Amino acid sequence: MIRIVDSGSIKDTVRDLFIKANTSLRPDLLKGLKDARKKESGKKSRYALDVIIKNAFIARKKMLAICQDTGMAVVYLRIGQSLMIKGDLKKAVSKGVELAYKEGYFRSSVVNDPLIRENTGTNLPPIIYTDIAPGNKIAIKVAVKGFGCENVSKTRMFRPTDPVSSIEDFVVNSVKEAGSRPCPPVYLGIGMGGTLDKAVLLSKEAIFRPLGKHSKNAHIARLEKSLLEKINRLKVGPMGMGGKCTALGVSVLTYPTHIAGLPVAVNISCHATRTAEATI
Amino acid sequence: MRNIFLPLTKDAVKTLKSGEMVLLSGPVLTARDAAHKRLFEALKSGKKIPVSLKGETLYYVGPTPPRPGEIIGSCGPTTSARMDPFTPLLLKHGLIAMIGKGERSKDVNQAIKKHKAVYFITIGGAGAYLSEKVKSAKIVAYKDLGPEAIYRLELKYFPVITEVL
Repeated sequence: MIRIVDSGSIKDTVRDLFIKANTSLRPDLLKGLKDARKKESGKKSRYALDVIIKNAFIARKKMLAICQDTGMAVVYLRIGQSLMIKGDLKKAVSKGVELAYKEGYFRSSVVNDPLIRENTGTNLPPIIYTDIAPGNKIAIKVAVKGFGCENVSKTRMFRPTDPVSSIEDFVVNSVKEAGSRPCPPVYLGIGMGGTLDKAVLLSKEAIFRPLGKHSKNAHIARLEKSLLEKINRLKVGPMGMGGKCTALGVSVLTYPTHIAGLPVAVNISCHATRTAEATI
Repeated sequence: MRNIFLPLTKDAVKTLKSGEMVLLSGPVLTARDAAHKRLFEALKSGKKIPVSLKGETLYYVGPTPPRPGEIIGSCGPTTSARMDPFTPLLLKHGLIAMIGKGERSKDVNQAIKKHKAVYFITIGGAGAYLSEKVKSAKIVAYKDLGPEAIYRLELKYFPVITEVL
């Protein structure tokens, strides 16, 4: 059945989601951090986790940004094909972002041009991805993309005949080279397959999966567990203080790919991985 | 944790131990990418800069705006490595301490030792927690850079770890 949704309600939802994502740490991540705290024995790594956990409570209580890097606003829309939107969808999303950053007292971290670099002052424009799905609803997912970890994320085009171990080495080395820069313990999103762009998109979507959940494909779930073990043997630890917990989790998404290729994208996401979602 | 008062002196730096956790109190200047580029270019071409770096501590941060009635918003450290190309020249002009997060380049580590300066790290992604350790904040230069402007902050018991001496 065809359903009509006013773009105003999309604007309000986008605003609410960005305020929530920026000020309220995901419960699965908070639990992951608390579990990590129990496992760590080093004085400094425990201190780092204590501060990070306290920070989450202060942010929520005072409605303060969890991290001053309130990121670029990324919005994923999955629009039901039987949904009619009254008004301008992209304008509504942009307005929602603008309102969230103004009302939430979040930092404007966007510059108008990669070379001219003047701050837009509104955190606009957002990055908007759209997808069409059956049904008459609109699913909205938002990500607050800070650049401390974005700057150390990586992609590589493997040969189709390369062994899985070489992919694992690439992923583990990416985390090792990143060191403490991406604010570990990190949540690792990995995209495998498709084209170069598809692999990157998958690696971004991967971190929406609740921490602790694994892929439904047995061989991918095994890979996730193996990677987590190897990464945590690096001993980078919370904020580079050394210790057992360099990553909180690894989430791998895959897609069919070409006979000649095997794209792999590694999205290193900080301990303050900020996302939120809602369906209208 | 030991209390260290700013501004730092070379004698005070000598008392610090590598890996030591200390609490900093006193004035710092903030600067991140865009401010670093401006300071560097001005110094390089012999122009005057709007702040003196002598004996100064730079905190690599771009805070969120303060909520009504608050001093500052969330204000955790940004990745220090991005300032690496500019740091040796700033050290030459008297900078004595830096606060940020993450590893520095070999060149910067050498320059820190040469100038008897110090690089502190603090906890990244803990900007709400760290905002409670800031007692005043005022823009002092490059206002047009918005969140990248240079602020004068007054810290009180701000937790850091001595990373490079």
